[in-house]
Amino acid sequence: MSQPAISFSGVSKRYPDGYQALADINLSIAPGEFVFITGHSGAGKSTLLKLIAAIERASSGTVLVNGQNISTLKAPGIPYLRRNLGLVFQDQKLLYDRSVFDNVMLPLLATGQPHRDAVRRARAALDKVGLLERERALPVALSGGEQQRLCIARAVVNRPGILLADEPTASLDAEYAETIMDMFRSFNQVGVTVLIATHDRSLIEHGQPRVVTLGHGRLSP
Amino acid sequence: MSAWLRHHAQSLRQTLARLAGAPFAALANVLVIGVSLALPLGAYGLLVNLQGFSGSLPTEPQISLFLSRGGARPDVAALEVQLKRAEGVRAVRFVSRDAALAGLKRAPGMAEVITSLRDNPLPDAFVVTLADGDASSAERLEKQFRALPGVAHVQVDSAWVRRIDALLRLGRTAVLLLGTLLGFALVAVTFNTIRLQVLTQREEIEVSKLIGATDAFIRRPFFYLGSLLGAGGALAALAIIYLAFALLNRDLAQFGPLYGVEVHLRFISAGDAVSVVFFASVLGWMGTYLSVSKHLYQIEPR
Repeated sequence: MSQPAISFSGVSKRYPDGYQALADINLSIAPGEFVFITGHSGAGKSTLLKLIAAIERASSGTVLVNGQNISTLKAPGIPYLRRNLGLVFQDQKLLYDRSVFDNVMLPLLATGQPHRDAVRRARAALDKVGLLERERALPVALSGGEQQRLCIARAVVNRPGILLADEPTASLDAEYAETIMDMFRSFNQVGVTVLIATHDRSLIEHGQPRVVTLGHGRLSP
Repeated sequence: MSAWLRHHAQSLRQTLARLAGAPFAALANVLVIGVSLALPLGAYGLLVNLQGFSGSLPTEPQISLFLSRGGARPDVAALEVQLKRAEGVRAVRFVSRDAALAGLKRAPGMAEVITSLRDNPLPDAFVVTLADGDASSAERLEKQFRALPGVAHVQVDSAWVRRIDALLRLGRTAVLLLGTLLGFALVAVTFNTIRLQVLTQREEIEVSKLIGATDAFIRRPFFYLGSLLGAGGALAALAIIYLAFALLNRDLAQFGPLYGVEVHLRFISAGDAVSVVFFASVLGWMGTYLSVSKHLYQIEPR
């Protein structure tokens, strides 16, 4: 069997203020899997995703991403880890002082893509999320759903092997949420490992994806 | 390699665009640096001019001996032999009173005055060049010469030249101190400017870190900004001094006809100007380095 895309073994996370976000997490996600992480708010879903992207570090235990140990990863290695991760954030983290197109260009410029290729790939990513006609617009001119699609375009433009999304449909109505979920499924179909943290269980009904449930920082059986 | 070069070009473009986007803030920063650099640079420019002026003067110590005019003419040849024999004397030159008068006539404005004189008021003189600039030997010789027969007056000419030299040395030290001090000011100004810039770009830095940008990538535009600020400040300082010297020269030009001297300040040499711009951009880079090392790491995505 090939190595897991993501694996947690005995991972705990305690914040400096003493709050125990995660306790003894053991979890293995195979390449190409589509996994939901659910649980009430404050159950540790966001923390789990942050440990994968080295935004937070585990207090104990080992987090492996494509066989690379994130727990011992030094600061200079973090950018290279993140280049293989597509991140969609709850608070979007778009740059509002530049156009939709420039927001999507950012990851390509940061990884030193030749300009011509970068433009082509940025347009392709925007096309995939249906925002190509809005490329000159500023993010504030977009609706909530369009902003979320922009985040997805930015996350996938570098063709990451793993896509992490934290509450990607939180502020959207049910119909729009389904469109967003379809996008994630289509990325999964081309081999991208997808992890979505959500408290909205209605998203999960579609198909039979793997669901991991967290409660008070522990995995529920 | 080409990606690296591309990013440098892109950082430079981005920095210039950012400066152009807030031209008044950029101008204010450049002016602050420019004014603080103009002080030591202007002082340096004046010193170079003074030095050029004093360099045209004989720096070797000289003693002038004026012979008595009345009565019998002293034995010039015998005196010359005596002077040449004195210890510590390198050269002796005789200036006859006629030669001195002719020389004076050549000086602008003096011809009229001299032709109106009935007879030559000047004495014969010897100009003695000393072997070394030692003040004590000059003093000893001055005493010795005063005792010679037929010598009316002895004057040590070189003292004031040496005084100017000492003053110039003092001036150079002062300029160096001032320059060092204001170099620190430049570093402090860029440090603070970059700190503010880091804070205003907080979100961009955070997002860049999240999408896999390296620290070097994130830092690069700031280094360009800091170096450009330094170089821009140096150019502003040069412009200020150029203007100041032009104004001073306009006023100095009026001395020409009045005193018969050409006094003209020369602008700082091209080589000096280039080094000033270079050092200012290096100092800007240093300020950026200190600022970025301190502030960039405080911004970590949450």
